[in-house]
Amino acid sequence: MAVGIRTQDLRKVFTSAPPLGAAGGFVARGDAKGQKQQRTQIPALDGITLEIQPGEIFGLLGPNGAGKSTTVGILTTRVRPTSGQAWIGDYDVWREQARVKHLIGVVPQRPNLDFSLTAREILTFHGAYFGIGAKPRNQRADELLEKFKLGERANQMVRNFSGGMMQRLSIARAMMHDPQVLFLDEPSVGLDPQTRILLWEIIREYHQLGRSILLTTHNMEEADALCERIAIIDHGRVIAIGTPKELKASIPGGYLLRLRFGNQTSDLLQRLQSLAGVREVRSPDHSGVDVYADRGGSLISEIAGLAVTSSAELLDVHISEPSLENLFLHHTGRSLRD
Amino acid sequence: MNWKTFGALLARDAHVARRNAVQLFLQTFLQPLLFVFIFGRVMVGSGYMPPQYKSLLVPGIIAISMVFTGIWAVTMPLIAEFQWTREIEDRLLAPISVPWIAIEKVIAGVLQAIVAGLVVIPLAWLILRPGVDFSMGTPLTFIAVIVLIATFSACGGLVLGCSINQQHVGLMFGMVITPMIFFGCTYYPWSALKNFPFLQKAVLINPLVYASEGMRATLVPQFPHLSIMAVLIALLFFDCLLLVLGLRQFEKKAVT
Repeated sequence: MAVGIRTQDLRKVFTSAPPLGAAGGFVARGDAKGQKQQRTQIPALDGITLEIQPGEIFGLLGPNGAGKSTTVGILTTRVRPTSGQAWIGDYDVWREQARVKHLIGVVPQRPNLDFSLTAREILTFHGAYFGIGAKPRNQRADELLEKFKLGERANQMVRNFSGGMMQRLSIARAMMHDPQVLFLDEPSVGLDPQTRILLWEIIREYHQLGRSILLTTHNMEEADALCERIAIIDHGRVIAIGTPKELKASIPGGYLLRLRFGNQTSDLLQRLQSLAGVREVRSPDHSGVDVYADRGGSLISEIAGLAVTSSAELLDVHISEPSLENLFLHHTGRSLRD
Repeated sequence: MNWKTFGALLARDAHVARRNAVQLFLQTFLQPLLFVFIFGRVMVGSGYMPPQYKSLLVPGIIAISMVFTGIWAVTMPLIAEFQWTREIEDRLLAPISVPWIAIEKVIAGVLQAIVAGLVVIPLAWLILRPGVDFSMGTPLTFIAVIVLIATFSACGGLVLGCSINQQHVGLMFGMVITPMIFFGCTYYPWSALKNFPFLQKAVLINPLVYASEGMRATLVPQFPHLSIMAVLIALLFFDCLLLVLGLRQFEKKAVT
């Protein structure tokens, strides 16, 4: 039976340096008078509530430091929430850790393979930790090694493996005990395009077995290609949630035209707003103008004409089609890559 | 409690220890055996040390070997696995509660320390014979001392492994291990410090003192030694203290 994931108002403030990939938005230092020791306060999550359906591929999309890894850390028992609750299936993640760990498989952001073992032993010992008998675990290890194209290196120590091989082995290890819920934290970082496609195929195949998958990424293409639903996270908050199609449809107009003028005036902004098809005009830092519209290229000649009549020289134009990147930009005023 | 998982974690550590057996052997025994050879054989043979020193020296050497094997077996992997390779994470995700993962590490350390003690006894005897005068009057007490020493070393390893930053490993040897050896009554009995009354009291905070004196009390009772009851109580106290501290530190490290 497929297992879902729920979180209720998860908050996390790190009081010491957070683990890699789980750093929050900013660092604040307590400096009130009379405070003997300055304490680092790093807010990472600010009330995350999510409900991921059994058997769903769900994506957490956001820039570095948004709180994706901290959310995964809490759901996988490795990070203690400051407040709030999380459940895997019916089990409270914090109170019933051993049961939760039975249900989940985790692929961390940075490989954490057991360097004292060979690739094959990593899988067989992992199987043993989960109580799988000797014969079935050997068989499953061989299948996975074959599937992840690691068969030839199976009996070598993993110390000398390339980054891509380590990542593949990490995924194989997470699947070794056939978990109901698979967590993948930035699974395709550092993978070559070929391996990334292999990984996507494997994730889809695993999903077809009825397993739930939660993946974090800052790659919109990956979120768009793989996920049934996506939550966009920034500064520890969910800023949008829905299917990729719904999210893209929620951007005013869909198209984004990023313009830069030599001489930008408020009159120019008003005139841009009055063009047919333009839904919203923004100029967050006055160095450029973001125009959300329901058409792209066909607006350019009108914008160029407007620039001439307003004596505002048009210096740069960039058109993006409806995408999750535009959505993120629309909600936060920043690019995902910032 | 999930015994299958616990057993598999122990099997993993046994497998790795077997794979590194030669390295472990040299690391554990080379230094104490050289010490036995120089002090027990060369110095005694050339007349600089009395012949009885052979028998006095061996219990201390056994204690050192056990204590440092236990500490090393737990501390070094923990420092590397928590800080450098982060590979402990795969065991932290095994379906067992976090303190049991630490207890497994302690048991693996205890077993290695006991093996070290049991191997160094015949080796030292071989190097020093003839003239080593051991008696095993109370085997049960001997077993109790051995187990308590091994436990204190592995629990100490847990505390150090979860407290020390990888950059400070060298400092740990200079600041913790070396003073512990020299003020651990390993090469001399505790009573030999009677001319330094302050020092004689101060060294009592060093658990290695009870390990060395305990080995002396059970193997060479003809030499002066602390009372066996005091040794057992002190070792038990250090075992409990270090275990509690170690589990607390481990949990702090394991869950952020």
